[in-house]
Amino acid sequence: MSARDLVLGRLRAALGEPRTAPAPVPRGYRSTGSVAADLDLLVHRLTDYRATVHRCADADVARTVDELLGGRQIVVPPELPRHWLPDSVTPVLDDNLTAARIATLDGVVTAAAVAVAETGTILLDGAPDQGRRIITLLPDVHVCVVRTEQVVATVPDALTRVDPHRPLTWISGPSATSDIELNRVEGVHGPRNLHVIITA
Amino acid sequence: MSRTFLGMPTPAPRGVGHLRGDEPFPAAARRALGDAQLRRNLRHATTTIRGKSGAVIGEVPDWQELRAAGRAIKTDTMARLPELLEQLEAAVTAAGGTVHWAADAVEANRIVTDLVRAAGADRVMKVKSMATQEIGLNEALEAAGIEPVETDLAELIVQLGRDKPSHILVPAIHRNRAEIREIFLREMPGVDPGLTDEPAALAAAARRHLRRTFLSTKVAISGANFAVAETGTLAVVESEGNGRMCLTLPDTLITVMGIEKVIPTWRDLEVFLQLLPRASTGERMNPYTSMWTGVTPGDGPQTFHLVLLDNGRSAVLADEVGRQALHCIRCSACLNVCPVYERTGGHAYGSVYPGPIGAVLSPQLTGVADNASLPYASSLCGACYDACPVMIDIPSILVHLRAEAPHPRAEAAAMAVAAYTMDHPALYAAAQRAAKLSRLAGPRGRGLPPPLSGWAASRDLPQPPSETFRQWWAER
Repeated sequence: MSARDLVLGRLRAALGEPRTAPAPVPRGYRSTGSVAADLDLLVHRLTDYRATVHRCADADVARTVDELLGGRQIVVPPELPRHWLPDSVTPVLDDNLTAARIATLDGVVTAAAVAVAETGTILLDGAPDQGRRIITLLPDVHVCVVRTEQVVATVPDALTRVDPHRPLTWISGPSATSDIELNRVEGVHGPRNLHVIITA
Repeated sequence: MSRTFLGMPTPAPRGVGHLRGDEPFPAAARRALGDAQLRRNLRHATTTIRGKSGAVIGEVPDWQELRAAGRAIKTDTMARLPELLEQLEAAVTAAGGTVHWAADAVEANRIVTDLVRAAGADRVMKVKSMATQEIGLNEALEAAGIEPVETDLAELIVQLGRDKPSHILVPAIHRNRAEIREIFLREMPGVDPGLTDEPAALAAAARRHLRRTFLSTKVAISGANFAVAETGTLAVVESEGNGRMCLTLPDTLITVMGIEKVIPTWRDLEVFLQLLPRASTGERMNPYTSMWTGVTPGDGPQTFHLVLLDNGRSAVLADEVGRQALHCIRCSACLNVCPVYERTGGHAYGSVYPGPIGAVLSPQLTGVADNASLPYASSLCGACYDACPVMIDIPSILVHLRAEAPHPRAEAAAMAVAAYTMDHPALYAAAQRAAKLSRLAGPRGRGLPPPLSGWAASRDLPQPPSETFRQWWAER
């Protein structure tokens, strides 16, 4: 008997026959679309967890990136809008760079898939303007550009906007830990600086 | 003899893993209570987390509706567990992953060890995982000549300190910052001797220490917080980024998950992703959550193995009252509100699952006889039930398991006498009058002879009144 048959046989024996039909799941909580997305709330929640928020027009993103990363080497995903990059940064295109190479770069600029106002969360789904998961992990500064129409109110809203078959990364503030006396401390293994640029 | 059926629900085997302590809870708890530093550390940490968690739960207007939904989804999951696991297996396989089944800890350890060897690795990096602690995977890997490196900060503190985890979420909760600094100075190669005990400095030291490991290790081992049967998606919820490192950088990823972690649909995540962080670390959302479905060409590990672990869970499922212990999402809110846990800490429970949920889960995974003292490691105050984000009725399971635990013969005899006496009014009246004689037992029962002295060691015998209700009624 294979382990698979053994485990499944045990579980069926444990449940017995006839099975009790499970009750329907009550979903009385705030469902998708029941709350309006609130940009100010998103800004508050991001800031509260030590992300730095910048608001500007799409045409001014490059100026903000210049202030944050001017003079530095940054990794960029394959289809990052070029007008977001100022002349002052040295972009290194991620065409399957090695981990060791990415780890030597100062920062990364990406777009986002969705942002959740209530929790201050940015979702990346690996689209060509966000790139592979590794590029937002090793550099110490992550600058993420969010368009206002990408902002949703709640977690249920966010789940309807992404494809489960893509690799997803939910980011809420910079890397942190609560492992020392249960206090939140920012800055462990992921980027220690998270900048979110919200464009109108 | 009735027919032998190989598929009978079976408890976790002895001699492997960390579900059984070396001594009963009362003995271990007595020693822990004598450690004033431990009690200070625990009190500080649990008070902090209760405040944070309460504040962010208060922000959510539909918390009770989310809890009710969480409970119902888990109840539904358990009722359909075999079918959901088959669905999960098919979805993960279709997405390029390989699914393995492990009946117990021994089998899971063998599967993982063989996979690591097949990948040609002699070192693996690990994301914090209760399932792999439960089965003693690190010991099994070390015995096979493979070095496991824990990458979660608290797990690293425990591993470097040659210590045992004492909390589900924060395994080093029993250590304060000064103790952590001492461990780092002693055990971390190349650490700055000027290291301070500032939490930020300690976190930075861990960052430097592990960076090379992350970049050079070819195999990672993780647990899973959720696995979606419908899509084959796995989810790991974390804070530090060590999880992202392990899930993204290596060539091979091996995920070991208890079979109860499956959830039916993608939509169900909308409930648990709201419940877990607020109940667990007291955050609106934890810094990082990673989700992956099988293998993504060009992004992350190109080989993915999922090990589905039983190790006693089928035996828990067989108990209609106790099976809701399988609903646990490992948030540890019940530990943080428990007056017993706050005073004894996690080591006293003997198992990797401490606190109220451990007191109901461990005895069921091992069979009650192997953890007979744990159902009594509670005052039945019910704070755990109130705090549980999926509304597990822990007090009721505790009472249920107490009935299953072995009881001394003297207790059974005493209960039989009491039942007979209460059934016979004249006898009961006489017994009440005679109760005054219990003063012979000394103040609060401290003068009782064995075996009754055992009962009285941690309980006060009530002083009988000078007059019974019946006497008072008859004389008025």
